[in-house]
Amino acid sequence: MNLSNLINTIAAQDGSFYDRTDSRRNAMRSIASVGGKLALTALPLALGSLFQKAYGQTNADITAVLNYALTLEYLEAEFYTKGDASGVVPVGTAAVKAIQTIRDHENAHVAFLTTVIKSMNATPVDKPSFDFTAGGAFADVFSNYDTFLAVAQTFEDTGVRAYKGRAGELISNNTVLTAALQIHSVEARHASHIRQMRWARGANAKPWITGNDTGGIGSAVQASYAGEENTDQASIKITDFVGTNAATEAFDEPLTADQVLAIVRPFIKS
Amino acid sequence: MDRRRFLQFTGMVGASALALTACDKDNDNTGGMPAGSIDLGSGDTGILNYAYALEQLEAAFYTQVVVTPYSGITATEQSLLADIRDHEMAHKMFFGKALGTMAIPALTVNFANINFSSRDAVLATAKAFEDLGVSAYNGAGKLIKDANYLLLAGKIVSVEARHAAWIRDLISNGSFADTTAVDANGLDMAAEPASVLAAAAPFLTSKLWAGNLPTD
Repeated sequence: MNLSNLINTIAAQDGSFYDRTDSRRNAMRSIASVGGKLALTALPLALGSLFQKAYGQTNADITAVLNYALTLEYLEAEFYTKGDASGVVPVGTAAVKAIQTIRDHENAHVAFLTTVIKSMNATPVDKPSFDFTAGGAFADVFSNYDTFLAVAQTFEDTGVRAYKGRAGELISNNTVLTAALQIHSVEARHASHIRQMRWARGANAKPWITGNDTGGIGSAVQASYAGEENTDQASIKITDFVGTNAATEAFDEPLTADQVLAIVRPFIKS
Repeated sequence: MDRRRFLQFTGMVGASALALTACDKDNDNTGGMPAGSIDLGSGDTGILNYAYALEQLEAAFYTQVVVTPYSGITATEQSLLADIRDHEMAHKMFFGKALGTMAIPALTVNFANINFSSRDAVLATAKAFEDLGVSAYNGAGKLIKDANYLLLAGKIVSVEARHAAWIRDLISNGSFADTTAVDANGLDMAAEPASVLAAAAPFLTSKLWAGNLPTD
C-alpha cells in the first residue's frame, strides 16, 4: 500500500516524525473510516511496527489477542451451531430464531477475526475440538434445554469479560480496538437475551449480573462470575451512590486470559 | 431511587445554569465555541466528560420513567427499569466524582417531547438512548489514551448493551441484536462524538461543545 510505504519512508528519515505530528493515529483513522471487512483486509501491516513507539505493542501482541478471541468465538460458534441442529431448543418457539441469530453472529465473528488476523500477516489458530459436556459436568447440554441455556449464559458472560480484559492490549491500533469493542457489546446483547430466556423459565437471572451470582447455575460456573461483586471503581465507592446490588450490576468486570482459559479448558478436548 | 435522591438530582439540574462558568479547562482553545455552550474539554478528560454528559441524560430519563410509570407497566418492567435508573445513576455519579473539578456542570434536560405515560414512547426513547450509549462508548474507545479509562469505559458499555437488548426485547421479542444494531460482520454500532451529540441535543437544554475533544 502506498500510504504505508510513504509513512515508512518518512519514519526512516525522521524518527521523531510521529511524535511531532501524531500521524500514526491519523493514518489509521483514514483507513478505519473506510469501514468494514474490506478495509481491514487492506490494513497496512508495516504500520504495526510504528505503534510500538507509542505503546510498546507489536503486531504480534495484537494478533495474539485476536487469536485468543478467535478461540472463544470458535467455542461459541460451534456450541450454537450444534445446539440449533440438536433440537434442544423447543421447536415452534421464538427461542429458535434467537439462538440462530446468536449462532450467526458467532460464526460472523469467526470469519471476521480470521480475516483480520490474516490481513496482519499472522496465522489464525485452528479450531479446537470441543466437548460441550465439559467432561460430563453438563452431560445433557444438547438434550436438556435448561442446561443448554445455562452453558450459553456462561459462555456469553465469560466472553464479555474476556474481551474487556484484553482491550487495553489493543489500544495502539484504533481499527482493531474499535472492532473488538463492537464484538464485545454484541456478546453483552447476547448475554442479556440468554439471561432473559432463563428468567422466562424461572431462573433468577436478570439481564445484568448481580454480585457474583451465577443465576442459579451453581458452582460449576462460579469462576465465570468471580470478581463481579466488585463495588469500587477507580477507588471510588459506587455504594456511596446506589445500593450494593446496583453497584455491582452497573459495571461488568474483566477476566484475565489465565482466568478465561481455566474456565474454557474443560470444554476443549484438544 | 428514593425521593430524597430524586430531589437531590433535580436540585443539581436546577443549579446547572449557574455552574457554566465553572467549566474552566486548562489550555483549551474555546475559540469558535458558541456563547453559553459547555466545553467538554480535551484529551481523556474530554472523553470522560462526554460520557458523563450521556450518563446524566440517561439518569435523568430513567429517574422520570420510574417516578411517573407508563400506563400498563408490569411489576417486572417497573423493577428492572428501576435497576437501569440505578445503573445510570451509578455511572453518572462515578464520572462526576472521578472528574472532580474538571467535570462539566449538571446538565439541564429537555424531555418536553416525551410522553412518559405512553409505554411505546418511553421504550422507544429508552432504546434510542441505550443504542446511542453503546455506539458512543464503542466509538470513543479509540479516542482514549489511558488504558485504565479504556477499561472503565468497557465495564460500562457492556452494561449499556445489556440494557439495550432488554429494552429492545420489550418492544419486540428477539430484536436484542437485530440487523438495525449488528452488521453482517457481527459488529455492533460505533459512532463518533459529533453524531452522538447531535442525536442527544434535542433532549438537552444545555448546549455541549466538543471542539476540543480528541479526534483520533
